Amino acid sequence: MSEQNDPSSAEAGAEQPSHGLGLLVGLPLICAAILGGWTLWRQTAELDDIESRQLAWGTILDLTREHIVLTLVTTAIVLVTAVPLGILLTRPAFRRLSTPVVGFANAGQAAPVIGIIVLLAMWIGFGFRAAVISLGLYAFLPVLRNTIVGLQQVDPTLVEAARGMGMSGFDVLRRVELPLAIPIIMAGVRTALVLVVGTASFATFINAGGLGALIVTGITLFRNSVLISGALIIAVLALLIDWAGRVFERIATPKGLS
Amino acid sequence: MSTASTEAAEPRDARDTGEARSADRSVSGAEIVFDDVTKTYPGQTAPAVDSLSLTIPAGQVVMFVGPSGCGKTTSLKMINRLHEPTSGTITIDGEDIRSKDETELRRHIGYVIQGGSLFPHMSVRDNIALVPRLLGWDKKRVASRVDELLDLVGLSPERYRDRYPRELSGGQQQRVGVARGLAADPPVLLMDEPFGAVDPITRQRLQDELMSIQEELQKTIVCVTHDIDEAIKLGDRILILQEGANIAQYDTPANILAAPANSFVEDFVGSDSSLKQLALMRVSELDLHDAVTARVGDDGAEAARAARSARQGGVIVLDDKRRPAAWVGLREAERVGTLRASSRDLEVVDHRATLNDALDSMLAASHGGVLVTGRRDEFLGVLEFDTVTEHIQTLTREARTGESDEYAITPSEDELQDSSVEDDTGSGSKHGSEDDADPSRGEQA
Ligand SMILES: Nc1ncnc2c1ncn2[C@@H]1O[C@H](COP(=O)(O)OP(=O)(O)OP(=O)(O)O)[C@@H](O)[C@H]1O
Ligand SMILES: [Mg+2]
Repeated sequence: MSEQNDPSSAEAGAEQPSHGLGLLVGLPLICAAILGGWTLWRQTAELDDIESRQLAWGTILDLTREHIVLTLVTTAIVLVTAVPLGILLTRPAFRRLSTPVVGFANAGQAAPVIGIIVLLAMWIGFGFRAAVISLGLYAFLPVLRNTIVGLQQVDPTLVEAARGMGMSGFDVLRRVELPLAIPIIMAGVRTALVLVVGTASFATFINAGGLGALIVTGITLFRNSVLISGALIIAVLALLIDWAGRVFERIATPKGLS
Repeated sequence: MSTASTEAAEPRDARDTGEARSADRSVSGAEIVFDDVTKTYPGQTAPAVDSLSLTIPAGQVVMFVGPSGCGKTTSLKMINRLHEPTSGTITIDGEDIRSKDETELRRHIGYVIQGGSLFPHMSVRDNIALVPRLLGWDKKRVASRVDELLDLVGLSPERYRDRYPRELSGGQQQRVGVARGLAADPPVLLMDEPFGAVDPITRQRLQDELMSIQEELQKTIVCVTHDIDEAIKLGDRILILQEGANIAQYDTPANILAAPANSFVEDFVGSDSSLKQLALMRVSELDLHDAVTARVGDDGAEAARAARSARQGGVIVLDDKRRPAAWVGLREAERVGTLRASSRDLEVVDHRATLNDALDSMLAASHGGVLVTGRRDEFLGVLEFDTVTEHIQTLTREARTGESDEYAITPSEDELQDSSVEDDTGSGSKHGSEDDADPSRGEQA
C-alpha cells in the first residue's frame, strides 16, 4: 500500500532502509574472524620497540574507547537536534523550507571533513569539543535529510484520515507520521553513525583522540604494521556499528511495515 | 443556483419518509444542514462549492454524485471540518459545527475513505480501536467493540484482529475501514468513494453489507460516489451536483429515474434508466424458494434422500451460524458421505441486493439460482432465475397495458409512495433544480 511509495525517488536519494537477513547474521562473524586473525598476528609477530608500544593492549583499548565515545556522543547530539529540526521543517508553517534544506543537505555532504575539522578547531580550539561539533555538523545533514524525506513520503491521505478521525496534530505526528517515517529516519541515523566512525579518525589531528592516532603514527614513523592495525580496527568498528544500526533499525521499524 | 428557498419544507417531508422506512427502529443518526455554504480555495477565483443549501435527514443515506471536480469531496470534508467553509454554516443536530473543538467534533463523525486508508503499522484491532481509545474507553469495552465490529462487517475476529493491513485483501481492508468509521458509534458517517478501489463483485458485497448494517444502525450516512448505480442502490436520496456543487437534483432514486429534473440529470443517469430500475428492486421483494438444508458434518446420503422426497435438485449446507457453506448436487451429496464446507459453485447474494446484482450473480452460477442471505449472512432461501424473469415479465406487461407510462418497470412499494403523484414529469420546468429538488412537491400540490 501507501508506505511503499518509493520512499526516495525524487527526494534526492535518501539512504534506504535495509533488510538483508544474511548480512545481519554474517557480519558479526566476519568481524570476529578479522579480529581473531589480527589478535593472532599481534600475539605472534616480532614487534620492535615503537610497534609494541603503539600496539600495547592498553593503548589500543584506550584509543578504541575514545573512538567509540566520540562516535556515540556525536551521534546522540545529532539525533536530538537533527530529528526535531526535520520534524519542524515538515510542519505546515515551515514546509516551504524543507525542499531547499534537503538540497543543501545533499550538497553539504560533499564538503571535505578534514577541512571542517581543522577550520572549526582553529575557531573553537583543539580537543574533544571541537571534534564532536565538527563531526556532528557533518553527520547532521544525512539525519536531517532523511527525517524530512521520511516524513514527506508518508501518504498524505493517511495523515488526512488520521486528522479526520479526530487526532490532534501531535497525535498524528506521534502515532502515524513518525512510525511510518522510522525506517527512513533510521537509515539516515545508520549512515551518520558510519560516517562518524570513519571520520572520527581525523579527530587525532586536533588532539581529540581515537584510533586515528595509530594511522598517523604509522605514517610518520614508517611503521606499516601500526598503520594497518589502525585501519583494520577502524574498519571493523565501522562494520560493527553499521551492523548495530541495522539491528536497531529492524527493532525500531513497526511491525506491519517490514 | 441554490435551493435555499425550498429548504423550509424539506426536513418535515424528509423525516416522514425516514420514519416510514425505519418503522419501529430507532434512528441513531443526526440531521445535517448546509445553509448557504460557499468554499473558495485560496488562490482560486471560482468557488469549489457555491452557496450550497441542503438538508440531510437523520438516519438516511444520501449519496453525492456528479462529475469529477464538481465539489463532492469538498462538501463532504466541510462536514468534519477538514475544510472550513468560506461562508455559510453547517449544523449537525441543530448545532453549528464550529461551536465545537474540531478534534472533538471529528471523533463523533465516522470517516471512511477509498481503499480503507488503514494505518499500515497498526494491526486491524489497533486501527479499529483508534477513536474509541482517543475517547478514553476502557480496555475491555474497546476489545469487545472491536470484535463486535469485525463481526458486523463479516470478518471473523479471531482470524483477523491481529493481522496487519498488508495481510488483508483490498475488500477486507475496505471492510476494516468501514468498521473503523463505525467504531465509536457516531451518529454521522462520511464516506468518500468507499468502494471505489475494489472489483465489481466485492463492491456489490460491500454495498449489501453496508445496507444491512444501515438497516440495523440507522446512521446518517453521506457517501460520495462516481457510480450512479451505486447511488441508486444505496441512497435513500441522491444529490446530483454540477460544477461548483450546484444542485441539479436532490431526490429519491425512484423520482430521479422517473423524472430527471433536466437534461444534465438525464445524461448523468443514463438512457437506460428503465433498466436501472432493476436496481431499485430488492431480492427481498421476490418469493424465495425453500430448500433442503443440512449442517456441516451431517450425513450426505440422508440429506440427499430428504432432498429427493422434497423434489429438490440440491442440498444447501449451512455452518453453525446458519451461513451457507456449500451447495451440493444430490449425487455429490451421496458420494461424499459427510457434508463439508466448499465455496465452489456457492453464489450468494444479500436479501437487500438489487435484482441487478442478483442477475449478475446468477449468470455466474451453475445451479440456475442464487442463495439469499439475511442479517449476518444467515441463509434465507433460494432465488431462482425463473422467478426473476417472470417478475420482470409481469412488470413489463403491466407497464405496457399502461397503468403507468412512466415506469417500464413498477418500482417497489415505498418508492411508489414517494413518487406516485408525480405526473407532470417536470418536463415543463425550466428552472429545474429549484422545484424538482424538492421531493415533497407532489404532496404539496
Ligand atoms: N486542497 C485543494 N486546494 C485547492 N483546490 C482544491 C483542493 N481540493 C479540491 N480543489 C478544487 O476544488 C474543486 C472541487 O474539488 P473536489 O475534490 O471537491 O471534487 P470532487 O467532486 O470530489 O471530484 P472527484 O470526483 O474527482 O473526486 C476542484 O476544481 C478542485 O480542483
Ligand atoms: Mg472527490
